[in-house]
Amino acid sequence: MTQVANGSDTHTLSVYVANKPGVLARIAQVFARRGFNIDSLVVSSSVDGNFSRMTITAKGDPSGLQQVIEALRKLIDVMHCVDHTGEDIVVRELALVKIRVTAEERTEALQIADHFGAKTVDWTESSMILMVTGTTDKLDAMIGLVKKFQVIELVRTGKVVMARGAEET
Amino acid sequence: MVEKKTDGAQALVKCLEREGIEYMFGLSGGAAIPIFDALITTNTKIKFVLVRHEQGAAHMADGYARATGKPAAVLVTSGPGATNTLTGIMTAHMDSVPMIVITGQSVSWMLGKDAFQEADIFGITMPVVKHSYLVKNANDIPRVAREAYYIATTGRPGPVLIDLPKDVGAAACTADLYQEMDLPGYKPYPETIDKEKILEIAEALNKSRKPVLLVGHGAIISDACAQVKALAEKLNAPVVNTLLGKGGFPETHRLSLGMLGMHGTAYATKAVVEADLIMSIGSRFDDRIIGQPDKFGRNATKIHIDVDPSEIGKMIKPDLFLVGDARPILEELNKHVARLDTAEWLARLEGYKKKFPLHYKKQGGLKMQHIMDELYKLTGGKAVVVTDVGQHQMWAAQFWKTDGRLDWLSSGGAGTMGYGFPAAIGAQFGRPKDTVVLFCGDGGFQMTMSELATACLHKLPIKIIVLNNHYLGMVRQWQQMFYDDRKSGVDLEGNPDFARLIESYENGKGLTLKRPADVRKILTRALEYNEGPCLVNAEVVKTDNVFPMVPAGRALEDLLVEPPRQKMEKPTGST
Ligand SMILES: Cc1ncc(C[n+]2csc(CCOP(=O)(O)OP(=O)(O)O)c2C)c(N)n1
Ligand SMILES: [Mg+2]
Repeated sequence: MTQVANGSDTHTLSVYVANKPGVLARIAQVFARRGFNIDSLVVSSSVDGNFSRMTITAKGDPSGLQQVIEALRKLIDVMHCVDHTGEDIVVRELALVKIRVTAEERTEALQIADHFGAKTVDWTESSMILMVTGTTDKLDAMIGLVKKFQVIELVRTGKVVMARGAEET
Repeated sequence: MVEKKTDGAQALVKCLEREGIEYMFGLSGGAAIPIFDALITTNTKIKFVLVRHEQGAAHMADGYARATGKPAAVLVTSGPGATNTLTGIMTAHMDSVPMIVITGQSVSWMLGKDAFQEADIFGITMPVVKHSYLVKNANDIPRVAREAYYIATTGRPGPVLIDLPKDVGAAACTADLYQEMDLPGYKPYPETIDKEKILEIAEALNKSRKPVLLVGHGAIISDACAQVKALAEKLNAPVVNTLLGKGGFPETHRLSLGMLGMHGTAYATKAVVEADLIMSIGSRFDDRIIGQPDKFGRNATKIHIDVDPSEIGKMIKPDLFLVGDARPILEELNKHVARLDTAEWLARLEGYKKKFPLHYKKQGGLKMQHIMDELYKLTGGKAVVVTDVGQHQMWAAQFWKTDGRLDWLSSGGAGTMGYGFPAAIGAQFGRPKDTVVLFCGDGGFQMTMSELATACLHKLPIKIIVLNNHYLGMVRQWQQMFYDDRKSGVDLEGNPDFARLIESYENGKGLTLKRPADVRKILTRALEYNEGPCLVNAEVVKTDNVFPMVPAGRALEDLLVEPPRQKMEKPTGST
């Protein structure tokens, strides 16, 4: 659980839902109505195409979190909702960072990329796009370092999570 | 001969009929014409009632459901027809009332293009429905209709909306009209009752010396009234009820203390303050009954029984709880409880009943309480009572002792003015042989009095008691108590003569009541008139106030039994 400055906490929820129109709106309303801000949201279809998996990280009053979870579970289109906050689970994220680099800066940029296992997925005279995957902290660290160059654009996927071993996500 | 094809609209009507829908309340329009046509072409047994405003249709379905325990349907057109039902849907949602709302919609290829009378009713209603459907394929209709009925009526009931684009209603439905439901995410009740927890609850009860059972709407919905009664009698424990819990336990029973909370009886509220154990059966610890949450039941073991897991710990953190249907839970619990030593406790509460009785004076002008009291005596309390929202609602809740499970209808969670009259119409349709009494404020009546036509046309013998104080009385009371009596926007000058108004409709009868001495005579005449609705315009005193009162947000122990002498601080609680 990450404590943030304004006293609200970041929570990681995994929600398994029917793959139907309107589901995302219903889910979003549960958060919005209680003043929770969704920080990141990943939706993709699951093995069974009738269902989707949502990984949601949201900020809000921790005492209200249980209400959010129960309200999500109450939705007819929600199969289950698991709170992974503070659990030891597999968490991954992917980021694409487009930076402006001069010929002189390029070597250092590549060194940073190499250190974080990032790939160079685009390369022009004056810019390059680095692709990095890993935990949120790792991405934050690399992005922090490349900020010494000019970051033109940054796109992150948001967290995807999976419970380890026999545990259900 | 070619077999006649069924279209989507016909499939919908047939399926709802098969699910058991008896009444449909609504008003037509372009996008709903195929569905209205299907009411004729299918030769359905569903009885359609044309309303004068769609809000009325939703409240009628609500009133029908609360008075019978069965859902009704609402059928309206797209756009404004659909949005007019919104208040009624929200009202039903807040009070867990089953309802199926069918809205016609623009043709599906125009969705999102601001077509004539296109409104995103699926999106607009999302926060106030239990579930909703936007049907895109006529072959889905049989499944959707079945699911809608099932979802509306099971677990914690609520409204379900079906938005049907005109082309989908007109398209052929080739699917079998009996379809399996596909609801893998819907678990209305837990699979088993946790027997261990029942024993824990029984143990807590058996240790208590000052218990209070708190009965809410859930006990009525679950049809657990006999079990509540058995429990109370077995334990010899006093019972309080919420506004919507009226009828969950007979209020004339020796163990009943009546309604608790903001305008509850002093003895019910004091019982909860002093109790060493509070067990809620199907109440959601609404802010109107708990006062200041952190002070509620500070010294009591709190037990919460509710079918909706999201209610557990929402307002009050219980010491023990059990999620599930109240009836089987109480059936099991009753096997494990014994008579408690409550003699002293009951004697103490009896003392409060004597010391702080509900009271009013028959002199000094006509009082709402007097009228309610007298009508209660004249009917022997045998009536379905419907209220609107305001002072009259609270006095009715106090003075009308409700014994029957489905005999009290009032908008609790939403507090919707305008609810009463159409709800009474729905109740009278559902209970044609019973006396239906409506207590309504002059403000609220004017919000939905367009349904006078509906009530008069169908000759519904509703007793409409308009408690006419020429004010938005409840708001005026707050202004007097907390805002130095500055009356802002509460004077209902311009009221019509309600008795003459109803007389302008065929079958409608109007009476005027002005003097306390005439109460019995006029009410008797109203009870004797059964050719249609009878409206009594009761010119009551203008500035009476409802007590006891727990100011919003204050602790229950801060209860004001009588009007305060000193100026009150502005309330901090929700509204
Ligand atoms: C639709 C709606 N609008 C406003 C309110 C706020 N409100 C609550 S009670 C009340 C006064 C009701 O006046 P009236 O119907 O005359 O009943 P009385 O209190 O005088 O008995 C008002 C305006 C409400 N509950 N519902
Ligand atoms: Mg009034």
